[in-house]
Amino acid sequence: MASSTTAPQASLFVRPNRRTGLVSWLTTVDHKKLGILYILSSFAFLGLASVEAFIMRLQLMQPGQQLVSPDVFNQLFTMHGVTMVFLAIMPMGIGFANYFVPLLIGARDLAFPRLNAFGYWVYALGGLMIYTSFFLGGAPDMGWTGYAPLTSLSANPGHGVDFYAFGLFISGIGTTVTAMNLIVTIVNMRAPGMTFMRMPVFVWMMIITSFMIIFAFPPLTIALVQIITDRTFGTLFYVPEAGALPILWQHLFWIFGHPEVYIIILPAFGMISEMVPTFSRKPLFGYPVMILASILIAFMGFAVWTHHMFTTGLGPVVNTAFSLTSFIIGIPTGVKIFNWLGTLWGGNIRFTTSLLYCLAFIVTFTLGGITGIMVAMPTFDAQVHDTYFVVAHFHYVMGGGALLTFLGAVYYWFPKFTGRLLDERMGKAGFVFIVLGFHTIFFPQHLAGLMGMPRRIQTYPAGIGLELWNFMSTFGTFIMGVGLVIFLINVIHGFRAGKPAGNDPWDGRTLEWATSSPPPYYNFATQPVVNSLDAYWAYKHPETLNVEPIDPRTEGREYDAGGIHIPGQSWWPILASSAIIVGSYGLIYDNWILAIISGFVFIFTIFGWAFEGVGGHHVNPELEGGAA
Amino acid sequence: MRIGWLWRALPVALLTFLLAGCDLADEQSVFSPAGPVAEEQLGLFMWTWYLSIPVMLLVGGVLAYVIVRYRRRRGDDSIPGQTHGNVLLEVVWTTIPVIIIILVAVPTVRSIFALQTFTEAGEEDVTVTVTGYQWWWKFEYPEYGITTANELHVPVGARLVLDLQSADVLHAFWAPRLGGKVDLIPHQDNQLWLQASEPGVYHGQCAELCLGAHAYMRFRIVVQEQAEFEEWVSSFQEPVVQNVSSDQQVSQGRTLFAQKGCIGCHSLDNYAEGVSYGQPGYPNLTNFGLRHTVGAGVLDASLENVAQWIMDPQTVKPGNYMPTLWAEDDPNREEESTAIAAYLLSLGAGQAADGAQAVAMGGN
Repeated sequence: MASSTTAPQASLFVRPNRRTGLVSWLTTVDHKKLGILYILSSFAFLGLASVEAFIMRLQLMQPGQQLVSPDVFNQLFTMHGVTMVFLAIMPMGIGFANYFVPLLIGARDLAFPRLNAFGYWVYALGGLMIYTSFFLGGAPDMGWTGYAPLTSLSANPGHGVDFYAFGLFISGIGTTVTAMNLIVTIVNMRAPGMTFMRMPVFVWMMIITSFMIIFAFPPLTIALVQIITDRTFGTLFYVPEAGALPILWQHLFWIFGHPEVYIIILPAFGMISEMVPTFSRKPLFGYPVMILASILIAFMGFAVWTHHMFTTGLGPVVNTAFSLTSFIIGIPTGVKIFNWLGTLWGGNIRFTTSLLYCLAFIVTFTLGGITGIMVAMPTFDAQVHDTYFVVAHFHYVMGGGALLTFLGAVYYWFPKFTGRLLDERMGKAGFVFIVLGFHTIFFPQHLAGLMGMPRRIQTYPAGIGLELWNFMSTFGTFIMGVGLVIFLINVIHGFRAGKPAGNDPWDGRTLEWATSSPPPYYNFATQPVVNSLDAYWAYKHPETLNVEPIDPRTEGREYDAGGIHIPGQSWWPILASSAIIVGSYGLIYDNWILAIISGFVFIFTIFGWAFEGVGGHHVNPELEGGAA
Repeated sequence: MRIGWLWRALPVALLTFLLAGCDLADEQSVFSPAGPVAEEQLGLFMWTWYLSIPVMLLVGGVLAYVIVRYRRRRGDDSIPGQTHGNVLLEVVWTTIPVIIIILVAVPTVRSIFALQTFTEAGEEDVTVTVTGYQWWWKFEYPEYGITTANELHVPVGARLVLDLQSADVLHAFWAPRLGGKVDLIPHQDNQLWLQASEPGVYHGQCAELCLGAHAYMRFRIVVQEQAEFEEWVSSFQEPVVQNVSSDQQVSQGRTLFAQKGCIGCHSLDNYAEGVSYGQPGYPNLTNFGLRHTVGAGVLDASLENVAQWIMDPQTVKPGNYMPTLWAEDDPNREEESTAIAAYLLSLGAGQAADGAQAVAMGGN
């Protein structure tokens, strides 16, 4: 392996170039390392959110309990929601995208590696910042939706709301830059021959998701800035005492909030569309229809936001309009379910743990879709809005939809991350506990809601018919907890002693299986060339497709004349993110000196970043051996 | 051995809970509608539920068939036919959800305009202004000049037209057996109408997070025959205040009600002539003896419960704004709180029988 270094450039720091050790993780710009950091961080936050959920379920196990006070209970469900939506499930999808989008399109990295690192660090540090509020006088307690006027200083004088506003604002920056990065990468850096209609579905879903992020996050950012200025500078956007209309917050929040649901679920759709064909040994049924259906869902996702507001008195005309647009989303979603069934039909189905999660997804998501149609009926929604029926509904689509899929995706792609297989017997045992536990927790919640249990209540009286459903729900947390522990043990065991996987354990269809497991830091020795959808499958099984087989490992093109360019690692992204976090603490505590100094430090880091130059070196991996 | 015990106890415990849960309690159940609004809403749910059964059978059935029929047999490494799609199938399974959605949408739109369109309140209707406070409800009857808290009275069959307002944060008014909820939003005039087909006491609860004691912000709707309702209304025209009572405890309670400062927040119409006490932002306690609950639907209004609530409100309803009036080691706290409770419960009680007498006695 030959390598050459480009001329060093003026920089404050010596750019680290070791590929192992703590410094390599702090300064990495490699999409694979950042992907792993994203996924590990999101699972860590998932663990925190699960503990919060577990405490809430214990509090609600029996009527009239006082295990935690109403105040603590409010903090628990707020942080559970904030964590699950912003810090666990959404970044999990983005983490998988970080790792796999470049591999799936045959690219060396994302288009802007340092920006990618910056995106990760603002997310991770922003999330940690929100969590420090638990030790600094109390976490936010007004629900993850942050409805005005509960966020106003008079209704909520503590600092919890500030942590919420700053934390989401900052992690929103990370999400937005990562979305831009993914769009630029997918549009510009696909392997030669990979037209849009030859792109793997997961890549399609990520470009759609990224566009949704770019259009959905600005309304949230505006609304958060309004809260921040209300609380820090004394503006009156959401202060009813001064005549403000608090209902306006709900519009801005849900113009973001509903697309956010699809931002969470579309990556999962993409993963299902990779796993189901692989384990059925068939191409995805109706590929163009699936893409179009997703684009339709993404567009319509921006036109349904007031179905979260059917009880706010918008009147029959508005309610009718948004009810109908919400129903319409059911059509492409139904089409997608049928196409996955069509993919399985006639296949030669291998029941791996991954595929079991896909099947559980199809069932759970269908049930969540049916309750989705129900809550889209404004007059019936008047009964179940803000009750456990809605809680059950969105856990079926986000937990049973997205989270179960991500667990399946871990089983599917773990061999690629590590070169080792996860244990299938442990995997299936964990699957049974997790899915059984999931339904034991959330199915009874439909009934609790219909029996009259509002959400976000710390306790409920005995004798009005809520005991059984709550006890069952709490009981389910133990079952699901066992499953999650098995999952965790399996992952740890897999890291240390999993069976060697080889490069392509599932007879995969897409390019990530063409490189080694784990992939070398430069991904592919030569840029793969493709001439069909599922080109790697076509190469391995030329008899099945009517195209010229091309070996993506050897028949590729050179990336660069001088070898593959590997950018240098950089301290600037993590420094810039840290400056933002420190400055936020300054603003939260009205410490203007700290805030202003942090502002200058931030500007300095951006200059440092800009003038650091590309750096790095070129490698010329030999084609034979491990590089392939 | 301990594990063995657990395994035997578990099914028993589960069974106990199943039986305990199956006492068919339905105070807040959407499945026990007691009026046309709730019936319409339940009907919509049931219709969608029936429509969803074939969908679930279709998806579940196809999935089960596929799992059995197309599972990989041991040693079978064959590659199935590489079908990429089928236009006819796509058209068919796009049409299926379209049809289902039309079947759902038509009754939905009809019900929206039936339930959410407002006409002027008629002669037969009862109009109530509902104001949400952290964490109780103020009910005002403009027609009758009645201000009360946490308990609505309405004649059976009459349309109850509610004007919903909030004094602080968001709340939502929800009495599931009579109909769905509508939010109470500052600076916004929302409306809701409900109707009850049979007399009874219906439970309701705040359904929009309002922090603190949100879980304890409950209320009751008392649906009465017309005559009983009129009697209830008339009891507010000249409320009984028991200024002089033969009952020692009640007299002591009346004195304590002023001494302990209760009157500083809680209005009590006719407590003393020519003087208006209390503040509008706190529950009006006039005719308290006619109420079913105390603490905004948290406890039944028995002497014991009311005394408990007055003595230690933070234990009964954590986070609420009632002050604790007695130190924990105060030897008089039980006696005094019971006296206040007895006084409050005497208000309006036995109205029909000795109302005239009480009014005559109270004229000082």
